[in-house]
Amino acid sequence: MPTRKKDDLLNSPSNESRRNFLKGSTVATGAFVFGFSFPLAKTALAQAGSDEVNAWVVVQPDETVLIRIARIEMGQGSLTGLAQLVAEELECDWDNVGFELVKPGANLQRDNVWKSQSTGGSTAIRGSHEYLRKGGATARAILVEAAARQWQVPAQECKVNKGVITHSASNNSTTFGSVAALANGIEAPENIELKDPSLWTIAGKPLKRLDTKEKVDGSMVYTSDLTLPGMLIAIPKACPVHGGTLASFDAKAVLSMPGVKKVVALDDNAVAVVADTFWHAKKAIDALPVKWNEGENAKVSSASIAEKLHEGLSAKTDYVGNNIGDAANVLSKAANVIEADYSYPYQNHAPMEPMSATVRWRKNGCEMWGATQVPESALGALAEAAELPKEVCEVHTMRIGGSFGRRLATDYVRQAALVAKQIPDTPIKLLWTREEDMLQGHFHPVTQCRMRATLDDDGTVQALHMRISGQSILAHVNPNAIGGKGDPVMYQGVDPEGDMAIGYSVPNLLVDQVMVNPHIRPGFWRGVNLNQNALYMESFIDELAHAAGQDPLAFRRKLMANHPKHLAVLEAAAKGIGWDTKPAKGIYRGIAQVKGFGSYVAAAAEVSVTDGKLKIHRIVAATDPGYAINPQQIEAQVAGSFVYGLSPLLSSECTVKNGRIEQENFHTYQVMQLRDMPEVEVITMPSGGFWGGVGEPTIAVAAPAVLNAIFAATGKRVRNIPIKNTDLSAS
Amino acid sequence: MKLNVNGKTQDIDVESDTPLLWVLREQLGLTGTKYGCGISMCGACTVHIDGVAQRSCVLPVSAVREDQKITTIEGLGVQQFHPVQDVWAEIDVPQCGYCQSGMIMAASSLLAQNSDPSDDDIRRGMGNICRCGTYPRVIEGIKKAAKQLRANAESGGQDANA
Ligand code: FES
Ligand code: FES
Repeated sequence: MPTRKKDDLLNSPSNESRRNFLKGSTVATGAFVFGFSFPLAKTALAQAGSDEVNAWVVVQPDETVLIRIARIEMGQGSLTGLAQLVAEELECDWDNVGFELVKPGANLQRDNVWKSQSTGGSTAIRGSHEYLRKGGATARAILVEAAARQWQVPAQECKVNKGVITHSASNNSTTFGSVAALANGIEAPENIELKDPSLWTIAGKPLKRLDTKEKVDGSMVYTSDLTLPGMLIAIPKACPVHGGTLASFDAKAVLSMPGVKKVVALDDNAVAVVADTFWHAKKAIDALPVKWNEGENAKVSSASIAEKLHEGLSAKTDYVGNNIGDAANVLSKAANVIEADYSYPYQNHAPMEPMSATVRWRKNGCEMWGATQVPESALGALAEAAELPKEVCEVHTMRIGGSFGRRLATDYVRQAALVAKQIPDTPIKLLWTREEDMLQGHFHPVTQCRMRATLDDDGTVQALHMRISGQSILAHVNPNAIGGKGDPVMYQGVDPEGDMAIGYSVPNLLVDQVMVNPHIRPGFWRGVNLNQNALYMESFIDELAHAAGQDPLAFRRKLMANHPKHLAVLEAAAKGIGWDTKPAKGIYRGIAQVKGFGSYVAAAAEVSVTDGKLKIHRIVAATDPGYAINPQQIEAQVAGSFVYGLSPLLSSECTVKNGRIEQENFHTYQVMQLRDMPEVEVITMPSGGFWGGVGEPTIAVAAPAVLNAIFAATGKRVRNIPIKNTDLSAS
Repeated sequence: MKLNVNGKTQDIDVESDTPLLWVLREQLGLTGTKYGCGISMCGACTVHIDGVAQRSCVLPVSAVREDQKITTIEGLGVQQFHPVQDVWAEIDVPQCGYCQSGMIMAASSLLAQNSDPSDDDIRRGMGNICRCGTYPRVIEGIKKAAKQLRANAESGGQDANA
């Protein structure tokens, strides 16, 4: 097969327009650089105004359809999925579709016409599908009305197919591109009917991403790649003990080093070196003498944290998340109580691109170029640090080199603005080293869990008490959200109902929590608290099945009769792995299921353990997300979720010594590698009627499915991960 | 000091301990090569030196001779995509994409040395970290690209791995 020319690879008109568009956006960046004046957002949009059909759709005379994307693309493919939803109702030709990213300042000025831009909790699609489809449908109606007026025929008699509008009675035909200019001023119809998903031709299809070419030829410009004229590089270092402060630093010791321009303090807890290049700044920050006031927290260690959490397992609490019957009473009277304690360690998001942002501060306005999951909050953080009104600030959202929840925080935005404010009129690109990224994370919280249950003579669960003792993310980021149940997010996966509902019926069930909040900064890590809750519940249910002498699938079936959707994915995963057949010699199986972020997910794993060495051979995942907007992206998300979920299972953990995180880079924070990757099979089984997320839930079932298989293989119940800390060899 | 990058000789004026990665990114504007760890653990900074994958973040620029050919992602498929890039786009390997320049450089180097890698060869040969979890498609992509490269070689097609 002859190798194709580079430009032939994506040789449809679509990609021609995509390329033009992308060229266009580069030019736009250039324009900001050389001819920048306030207010940016207004002018940027006014220019687009002539081609704009409505807020979501821009149609250019050459038939290019630009769909505005307000949510954040961080690798999860939602950019393409969101465009599919708009395009579906617009009835345009997918080959002509390109995209444009919305800026939060522009959103602010247009009264949030693009709604929330925040992207987390697997909400990109499920949180916006309705208004996006309406946006597409409305744009179609406007374009049709424009054509109908031109032909003086009723709009209802016109038909649309792939961007071509026809009126057969009058034998008229035109294209979106030809009438777009006439659409200006036509009012959007009020009530617009959306297509039934069964009629979809663009949404629901395994289309390729719109933005792949620039990721395979190195031309995609991430935050850390952006260069502006006169730009300087800043590398910060914050107190490694969270909560500690900066005591002093000796700028003189590094100011004469090559390229170093300035050393500045940031708030009361960090210092940054500003230099002409990364390498010069890096050498100087490493050489800079810094003293910290570390405070009491410097005495904290993983062991002291674990001790506090352990106390929480038996402490009194009023925080109850799920309560049916009287589990405490039944358990106190039971002759036989099965009990087990589990734990889940701190994790760093460790996206491949460390935190970074470029900010230019001027006394009349401040701009940031950078990646964020929360454009509105980033704009707020920028304005606050710049000490300027939001109206003269703008965030140019850039593509993200991985995030997984990390860029829900805006600490790096603030830092970049604080440096820039001290060096006005100069673009400052703030780059974190990997070491800083590892130490100054917003960590997946630590928890421990005590599970207690009693079975009747048939081995049916009579009572179950799940006590969660651990760190609350909300207590750190939004203490107002702590209510009568404690931290509501700590019950993910074991809620009585809703997006995170438990899939088992137990006559006496108690799920409660004790909050223990160490000084290590917690954050929303892909999958959040579903990760450990599913691990605890699914491991323990497996323990109960074995205690009852029953097959783990059969045992679950009895508890899941009232949860048909939970059960359906579990059955599908079990079938996929061949649960009813005997595995090959030396191969053992485990299963797990959970509902999270609105989707039902299950996993089944096959492992072997030889001389204490674990090998995961195969994992089958089943997902019911309600509707599947792009099956091949879902497959990629699910496979990626396994990698993210199996890292903590196998090897990754953050430990604390002298108050600071010990793992400073990938040599000690050991994430899953390609060599460990099992064969993955993804079953997507959308049952309709609800909208679930796919970026996170599978993470939670990866680990327990494997842990249960390890038990089947070795008889060892690993309750504390990562398993690198456990000897799996036969003893 | 002179470097041969993507077929061009370039004059460079930096301290000799500067890692090649930062010379490429900051002096030459070749930002396709990424920083991920700076300690040779992740592979985001992978380039070819005389056709062989090397991690540029720990390679002082003074260790590279003028007669050695450095190839970055920008120089991998200039006239036409390298088959690895073709396949990568065909099966949508990248998620966030940040690790993918390094992934592609490592994969193309692996294939230059082994035109028919087994699963095990791929597992042993690819030490690049991808936090998005593209590993299954990377494995599939390398196998597909290997096939295409072998077909090209048979039909006497030009070697894209220039
Ligand atoms: S940046 Fe060179 S190996 Fe990670
Ligand atoms: S594609 Fe995101 S890190 Fe690999």
